[in-house]
Amino acid sequence: MSALLEVRDLRKSFGGVTALDDVSFTLGEGEFLALIGPNGAGKSTCFNLVNGQLPADGGEILLGGRSILGLGPREIWRRGVGRTFQVAAIWGSLTVCENVQMALLSHAGQVLRFWRAARERYRDEALALLGDVGMHAQADRPARELAYGDVKRVELAIALANSPRLLLMDEPTAGMAPRERNELISLTRRLVRERGISVLFTEHSMDVVFAHADRIIVLARGRLIAQGDAAAIQADPKVQETYFGSGRMLARGRA
Amino acid sequence: MAHGSLYMLGAYIAYSCASKVGGVAGFWGGLLASAAAVALAGALIEVLLLRRIYHVAELFQLLATFAVVLVLSDAVAAVWGVEDLLGPRAPGLRGSVEILGHNFPQYDLFLVVLGPAVLAGLHLLLTRTRWGTLVRAATQDRDMVAALGVDQAKLFTAVFALGGALAGLGGALETPRQPANLGMDLSALGDAFVVVVVGGMGSIPGAYIAALLIAEIKAICIGLGTQSIAGFAFNFSKLTLVAEFIVMAIVLIARPYGLLGRAQAMPRHTAAIENPIEPASRGLRLFALAVLIALACLPFLSRSPYTVVLGTDVLIAVLFAASLHFIAGPGGMHSFGHAAYFGLGCYGAGLLLKLAGLPMAGAIAAAPLVAAAGAALFGWFAVRLSGVYLAMLTLAFAQIVWAVVFQWEALTGGSNGVLGIWPSAPFNHEWTYYLLVLALSVAGVLLMRRMLFAPFGYAMRAGRDSPLRAEATGIAVLKVHWIAFIIAGTVCGLAGALFAFAKGGISPETIHVARSIDGLVMVLLGGIHELAGPLVGAPVFILLQDSVMRATPYWRGVLGVVILLLVLVFPMGIAGTVGGWLRRWAR
Repeated sequence: MSALLEVRDLRKSFGGVTALDDVSFTLGEGEFLALIGPNGAGKSTCFNLVNGQLPADGGEILLGGRSILGLGPREIWRRGVGRTFQVAAIWGSLTVCENVQMALLSHAGQVLRFWRAARERYRDEALALLGDVGMHAQADRPARELAYGDVKRVELAIALANSPRLLLMDEPTAGMAPRERNELISLTRRLVRERGISVLFTEHSMDVVFAHADRIIVLARGRLIAQGDAAAIQADPKVQETYFGSGRMLARGRA
Repeated sequence: MAHGSLYMLGAYIAYSCASKVGGVAGFWGGLLASAAAVALAGALIEVLLLRRIYHVAELFQLLATFAVVLVLSDAVAAVWGVEDLLGPRAPGLRGSVEILGHNFPQYDLFLVVLGPAVLAGLHLLLTRTRWGTLVRAATQDRDMVAALGVDQAKLFTAVFALGGALAGLGGALETPRQPANLGMDLSALGDAFVVVVVGGMGSIPGAYIAALLIAEIKAICIGLGTQSIAGFAFNFSKLTLVAEFIVMAIVLIARPYGLLGRAQAMPRHTAAIENPIEPASRGLRLFALAVLIALACLPFLSRSPYTVVLGTDVLIAVLFAASLHFIAGPGGMHSFGHAAYFGLGCYGAGLLLKLAGLPMAGAIAAAPLVAAAGAALFGWFAVRLSGVYLAMLTLAFAQIVWAVVFQWEALTGGSNGVLGIWPSAPFNHEWTYYLLVLALSVAGVLLMRRMLFAPFGYAMRAGRDSPLRAEATGIAVLKVHWIAFIIAGTVCGLAGALFAFAKGGISPETIHVARSIDGLVMVLLGGIHELAGPLVGAPVFILLQDSVMRATPYWRGVLGVVILLLVLVFPMGIAGTVGGWLRRWAR
């Protein structure tokens, strides 16, 4: 499996706090890679660096062999990276279908068109994408009326609109009920497999991670402490220490 | 927003104490009395008004405080009259001190010492006391502080009282140096906004540094006087206002959040309360066509030229309000300085006609480009900000344009303006000019409507609803909003040009901040969340203004009350309310 995304020695600190300390990992074509770690481990920072939302202090990020370090979210999106947010973000005053149409218009480079109405443009394509995420029936509702689980589905359809090579999903199931979580992740897996999209996602829910991820990388205090498949991660003593404590906390004194 | 008025109130109260009571007690006692009285006024405003509107949108809060400005301004005019009132000099500090061969008034030196002392006191109060800590916490998260058992209502009342006391003191301290006058509120407000924007929101030391920096640069400009550079004579003392703008521009380019300010926190909750836009139904199209035909027939139906002139005013107001709505509604940029582009169009047309000798058609065609250039310059900064910060910046820009026009007498005629800007044949009759305005304003409104339905308009709304998602979907939000700003400025400039020819002259009043506020009231009166909002709001506003102004001299005060009603009782506006009924009825 060749690497689609390659992260090398990525570093970022905020003031005196080192959020990411020489983190390196790769993501293969078509791989479903989970990034886990306790709160404050640096997951979101890592995400925001790959997405271009934050500038890195050092290291390298290669997408398909080309550096994307220093590019903004827009340029990275143009190179085929889709993104969903921890708190799902869609456009409330547009209809569900118009949300996806807007993403398709942007992908086609038609944002700065001032004359012809947008309403019918790419509507069929948008409806097809909404069909894929099971939201076809609600296409003409105002997006702001949707239940949160449905917002997440629409966001996924928007993220798929530019036919990305890589999908970044920051806690895709946060704020959802357990059954909805598994449905959404199964749906995502099916869609990306059909399209050959690679996925990097962070997740707090361990059952989701162990059931669905091809491979797992574990961050703790800004460092990569383990990577491997579900069984290897569950058996890893460092991971166990990070998540459950070693019972030696008092012996080591206050850190 | 109401702070300028409190400052003005302080000056007037101090004047009354100093001149009525007189002597040492009258002056120094007057300082304390005006601080106390204005503190009370500040607390009352908080308790009676602001407390009721903390939950509503920021735009409404800003407008409500502006309503207070209008009401207080008319109240002061009613009590003290419209004459400028110069207070007596400070007893005990009448002399001057010689420093380095120059005489400095003792009173000015006293102010030089008092300023930093107040700053230090305020800084200590906010950083070293429990009360200050609570205030800083409550400004960040009011609900959290309330949840911790702090009576945050009392806390905010106290903050307003303190702010009022300082504003009152400031105004009172000015009376021996400058006469108390009715323009004080807005000029103080404009200055204060520039200082706050340059210093950085929420940073008291930042504001102090900014005030010092701007004052120093102005002083240097005045000190330089007329200098010859590369053969050209520059009168630096006339550059003070431009200098203020340049300082603001440089600071904002280098540090978008001001000298000591921090990046604005993303609004926690930006729920879109707007419905998706829909093309006009058949019924609505027919209705619009009927209205249009009626408007076109107006000059033939009415014998009175007054009706036609009023009709022209209404149409210009519609164009003005629609251009403001374009950026404030779908663009989400609540400009408090839209009068700047109206004024640029107005002066552009007038000066191109009078000085450049362009024919009327050329002046009307070129004036919007002048406004577009202004909008491109100011908009570049404005689109980088949002909320209160954006409101302050746009208002400050408009105040600068106003001040430049007011002071650059050689070009603009200063406070007299330029007269004799009349339309040429065949538009030299009221009714032909009315038809020209009708055609151009309908064209302008339809053009903007078309853009809102095009991908560009969708991108504008997407950038407003969720800038984060828009950027992550390849939409260059700043660029889209900047272009929208320029488009709105251009259309607004056209309205200004038409206004110049309708009135036969131009005056600084066209750029006055009151016009910006009028525009916002028109938009809100119609309903900011409806495409038809400005089309309904502007005519209602103009007709209301026309009838009230004939009945009472206190139109501004009445307008203030109208704004308060809008904010407190009727936030959806006329078109919003009617639209809601129609939608419910259609279901």
